[in-house]
Amino acid sequence: MTSTRPAPTPLAHCPTGIAGLDEITSGGLPRGRTTLLAGGPGCGKTLLATQFLVRGAEIGEPGVFLAFEETAEELTTNVASLGWDLDGLVADGKLVVDHVKVERERIDQTGDYDLEGLFIRIGFAIDEVGAKRVVLDTLEVLFSALDDTARLRAEMRRLFSWLKTRGVTAIVTAERGEGTLTRHGLEEYVADCVISVDHRVTDQLAVRRIRIVKQRGSAHGTNEYPFVIDEGGLSVVPVTSFQLDHPAGTDVVSTGIPDLDAMLGGGGWYKGSTTLISGESGTGKTTFAAAFADAACRRGERCLYLAFEESGPQLVRNMASVGMALEQWTEKGLLRIHASRPTQIGLERHLTTVYQQVEAHQPDVVVIDPITDFTSLGTATDVKVMLMRIVDYLKARRVTGVFTSLMHQGGSDDPTISSLIDNWVQLRNLETEAQRDRGVFVQKARGMSHSNQIRELVLTDGGIRLLEVIAGPDGVLTGRARARSTTDSRAGT
Amino acid sequence: MTDTGPGGADERWELRLYVAGETPRSVAALANLRKICEEHLAGKYSIDVIDLLERPQLARGEQIIAIPTLERRLPEPVRKIIGDLSNTERVLIGLDLRPER
Repeated sequence: MTSTRPAPTPLAHCPTGIAGLDEITSGGLPRGRTTLLAGGPGCGKTLLATQFLVRGAEIGEPGVFLAFEETAEELTTNVASLGWDLDGLVADGKLVVDHVKVERERIDQTGDYDLEGLFIRIGFAIDEVGAKRVVLDTLEVLFSALDDTARLRAEMRRLFSWLKTRGVTAIVTAERGEGTLTRHGLEEYVADCVISVDHRVTDQLAVRRIRIVKQRGSAHGTNEYPFVIDEGGLSVVPVTSFQLDHPAGTDVVSTGIPDLDAMLGGGGWYKGSTTLISGESGTGKTTFAAAFADAACRRGERCLYLAFEESGPQLVRNMASVGMALEQWTEKGLLRIHASRPTQIGLERHLTTVYQQVEAHQPDVVVIDPITDFTSLGTATDVKVMLMRIVDYLKARRVTGVFTSLMHQGGSDDPTISSLIDNWVQLRNLETEAQRDRGVFVQKARGMSHSNQIRELVLTDGGIRLLEVIAGPDGVLTGRARARSTTDSRAGT
Repeated sequence: MTDTGPGGADERWELRLYVAGETPRSVAALANLRKICEEHLAGKYSIDVIDLLERPQLARGEQIIAIPTLERRLPEPVRKIIGDLSNTERVLIGLDLRPER
């Protein structure tokens, strides 16, 4: 007879509410347990811990912040710029901030003692608001004030098991040690979850990274993940799901260029698809992308245009010359142009910029013009992963994406991105008879019976026209050769 | 003129001992404290024992972490020492009853 012992209950998760962190921890920190958060000074430990409490307070899980290093006023001021109103949360009974003032100079010890006073203090604060979350930042301050290390270590052990009996989900921060995770070896006492944060500068780019060192009973990513701290607080940039489970609609949206719509089989490309427009310098990539943005706004859709080479006004001016009045859409709030230099910030910061801009503008259409500039910001793999995240993110939201990509003269296909995208429109210079003309062809269009023709691209003040090509004995006839060919056929000879 | 000890004859010593319940350590601390006071501050001291289990808010208000903590409230400045007060020498130094050598 087999035993009918019940299966052990898996550890429940306590969502941190920090974008990305919950994904890499399979749902959050172990609920009812203590998580050790280790890192050097200025790594964002206090911020992460505070955000954990603020997000908790927002979903009905009050918190306690035991601040060993900062006063409540300092803490409140430091996070006010992130829009977190600690005073308000305290007033609403959702948060207790208790500054534990530990004298830096040695405290006279006259015999046996324990840290029961601290326990009582934490317990009192928990009871005050019915706290579900507790932050101790940074316990290790005690080690500099009390020189009885053996006793302190014993008390740390007791504290962590006591926190568990209180049923709170806790974060204990700790300073990184020389060659060890924490200076005082606190990781020995925290068995459930250990997170390490790091801030380092490589190639003059400051990068913050977070790693789940250990998480009992949960699948967790073992990689280092970049994270950023900005106006919204801290967000981790996880590798989003590599599962291909994006919704696939059958709605088709116009590319904004009727002739291109025709080449794609009639209506345009699929809504929620991702399109790459690649081409050499000066082949009209931006014009294609802008035409799509213009068409989207004309349909009443919202468009986010991320411009990495031109300022917003410059883009609007240039497109006006080919008959697009983009300013009408910016004025209506349909079009948001976000222009920045890609080299100013790191890859992950770009990714979060995309996320944030999308969250803020809620677009139906996103244009990134161009993606090529990212390649200077990381290795080919880094860039590909980043673009994959963007593609996945947009697809999951059914946002139609259009990316432009600069192709160098005579350059071959762009392997880093081609497998990620659904449609690929290539623009080429065609040099014939001392004249440079531009050709367009559809390299691929997933799920569409697209034309295999090369068309000639003509920019008119009424927009982009794609002229029927005329095949001559030497191949495609464009420009002057076409004109002659047409004249010849008219002559009827 | 007689030796009035530190601080002068009519100086009041107001001491507070923070404990958490009646543990052997807190009982010992109080006994040690009484003995020291009788020897060095006879007739001019008062001891207030605060049980933080009953008044936990004072742990925050008075910045108590370790138990037992002895606080010299008067004479000023306020001083705090921790432990069960079994090391008399250290208690005397901590309370400023004997200059540290």
